[in-house]
Amino acid sequence: MLEIKKLNVSVEDKHILKDLSLNIGKGEIHAIMGPNGSGKSTIAHTLAGNPNYLVQSGQIEFHNKNLLELDPSDRSLLGLFLAFQYPIELPGVTNATYLKQIVNVHRKKEGLDPIDAGEFLKLLREKSKRLDIPMDMHSRFVNTGFSGGEKKKNEVLQMDLLNPSLVIMDETDSGLDVDALKSTSEAVNQLRSSDRSFIIITHYLRLLEYIEPDFVHVFQDGAIVESGDKSLASRIDQEGYAG
Amino acid sequence: MNKVSKDNFQQDKYKYGFVTDIESDKIPKGLNEDVIRLISKKKEEPQWMLDWRLKAYERLQHMEPPKWVKAKFDDIDFQDIYYYASPKDFKDKPKSLDEVDPKLLETYEKLGIPLKEQKVLAGVAVDAVFDSVSVATTFKDKLDEIGVIFCPISEAIRKHPDLVKKYLGTVIPVTDHYYATLNSAVFSDGSFVYIPKGVKCPMELSTYFRINASETGQFERTLIVADEGSYVSYLEGCTAPMRDENQLHAANVELVALDNAEIKYSTVQNWYPGDENGVGGIYNFVTKRGLCKGVNSKISWTQVETGSAITWKYPSCILRGDNSTGEFYSVAITNNYQQADTGTKMIHLGKNTKSRIISKGISAGKSSNTYRGLVSFNKRAKNAKNYTQCDSLLVGGKCSAHTIPLTENGSNDSSIEHEATTSKISDEQLFYVMQRGLDAEAAQGLIVNGFCKEVLQKLPMEFAVEAQKLVNISLEGSVG
Repeated sequence: MLEIKKLNVSVEDKHILKDLSLNIGKGEIHAIMGPNGSGKSTIAHTLAGNPNYLVQSGQIEFHNKNLLELDPSDRSLLGLFLAFQYPIELPGVTNATYLKQIVNVHRKKEGLDPIDAGEFLKLLREKSKRLDIPMDMHSRFVNTGFSGGEKKKNEVLQMDLLNPSLVIMDETDSGLDVDALKSTSEAVNQLRSSDRSFIIITHYLRLLEYIEPDFVHVFQDGAIVESGDKSLASRIDQEGYAG
Repeated sequence: MNKVSKDNFQQDKYKYGFVTDIESDKIPKGLNEDVIRLISKKKEEPQWMLDWRLKAYERLQHMEPPKWVKAKFDDIDFQDIYYYASPKDFKDKPKSLDEVDPKLLETYEKLGIPLKEQKVLAGVAVDAVFDSVSVATTFKDKLDEIGVIFCPISEAIRKHPDLVKKYLGTVIPVTDHYYATLNSAVFSDGSFVYIPKGVKCPMELSTYFRINASETGQFERTLIVADEGSYVSYLEGCTAPMRDENQLHAANVELVALDNAEIKYSTVQNWYPGDENGVGGIYNFVTKRGLCKGVNSKISWTQVETGSAITWKYPSCILRGDNSTGEFYSVAITNNYQQADTGTKMIHLGKNTKSRIISKGISAGKSSNTYRGLVSFNKRAKNAKNYTQCDSLLVGGKCSAHTIPLTENGSNDSSIEHEATTSKISDEQLFYVMQRGLDAEAAQGLIVNGFCKEVLQKLPMEFAVEAQKLVNISLEGSVG
């Protein structure tokens, strides 16, 4: 469903991704590990279409479409979801209003009418419960003044509401305490399905202990230096990236 | 987002920019005593009104237009303006809509103010002002029944001279400042509202101002009086054709609230803002002032300012009655080369008077947006309170926002709270929201509407949704 071929990406004139190729099949979970600055977040933002990340060459196909031709919003509507490492604050915009609007824009794409207020509240209550999100968080402004944990949970909540076919989690585990890591991982595990693929970007093994990957790739200097199964993650945890 | 970069401007979709092809009857260009006599004659005014105008004109000879506004523009040639224009053969105001030129009815329909359907559909009475005359006022009979007077001010001068004489110029003195004095000399039409004692006006009253004729200024004069214990909610809207000249709109609006009365005055200002290069557009130099004359009275100004090349106005409250309240809620949006210098004055004279100011300025393109405000506590204003909040939002990197809050405190047990913020819509915010499926304009709309929601909510419900759309349209072309 996702095919990345010989991708070269630069950020602020700095060449970051170098001839990166990667295939993700339907329902697969791929973990990307690697030291700081190895290009892990770059691949996440490039896939989502962040205009600060410039594709110099290469191809990305997503559901047989040329992803590079699409705006970030069209990529989202096609099923791509990025859980941000640093979720952005939207002062003045209440979380509930925002969530409803993003749900409705996806419904519109599917030819559905906007969700009715009562139905949305019910949906929100049910999904929030799974993540231990208190309902009063939704009357606050999007991510504004949220704790690190609240922000990350709000990302997973959005993922759950939008039903994506490809989820990219950019260091979702950073800034989470053990309890939050556990409830967040459980929520993610419940979202696993044969139709949904994941790219999980992380520094550490601990998230992968909860969410078991099918493949592990090690990033170094903008390219994959090693790929393997989940045992690779444990080895790296013991030996480090240099080993 | 990849295709269009920031600061890439496209023509605003100003859908009100058409011209109605109707012959107009104009008084020759220029400002002199003869012109004033002619305006007064056209309006069939009594002698006292003409004298009042001439006194203002005499005073104007010794005045200069003020220069302190934070906006750049060439000096206005006051002799190069038509001071009066009306649709041709418009001698008497038509008695019913059937007598109104169909072209005029069509114009208002195109503007979204169908004068005929309005009668049936909404609970809103409309006075439609076209250049210098009022062409129709709806629901008059129904309002008559409960004693509410809602008519063009020219009609009020003839039919209700005692009320007009008693209040006209009592809030904005004839000699106030150049543009207010100019208006007093040459004013043409606007609305007059009188709400009798104890009456809560059952419908929204609304005036729709349209400039159509070229090289013509509009000098609206509106006077609203709410007698003891009464309530009224009034809304004005304004549009003008797209032209490469600048046209002057210099209005005076006076509000008087007696004991226990409340006036809620809302403005949705959408005058032609000029094109993306800053050519053309209306100079909106307006004096709006309300007097809380009685105890426990309340005046609330809500404005959504999206149009005009230059907006220069400070809807103000004089809080004379003890326990009276003044409020000012404002959203001012500037895009391209628009300039806005707007805010309010809250003059606390009475005891226990309260005022609240919420101002939201949004600048995009190469525009300049200034909040200027004055909160003044008189020595007598024991226990007076003010709360002021000024927020600015910048879209793109070429615009500017300024906040100039002034305070004068002559009372030692009063309190002023002031908060101000400046923020920017960042690329990160847009990308974040777009990653969830909203396109660039919808993403910006979400963020901007969140920013000014607090003010938009103060508008009468019938207009809040329209205003929200207008906010989005005004910023079109300012993001990629």
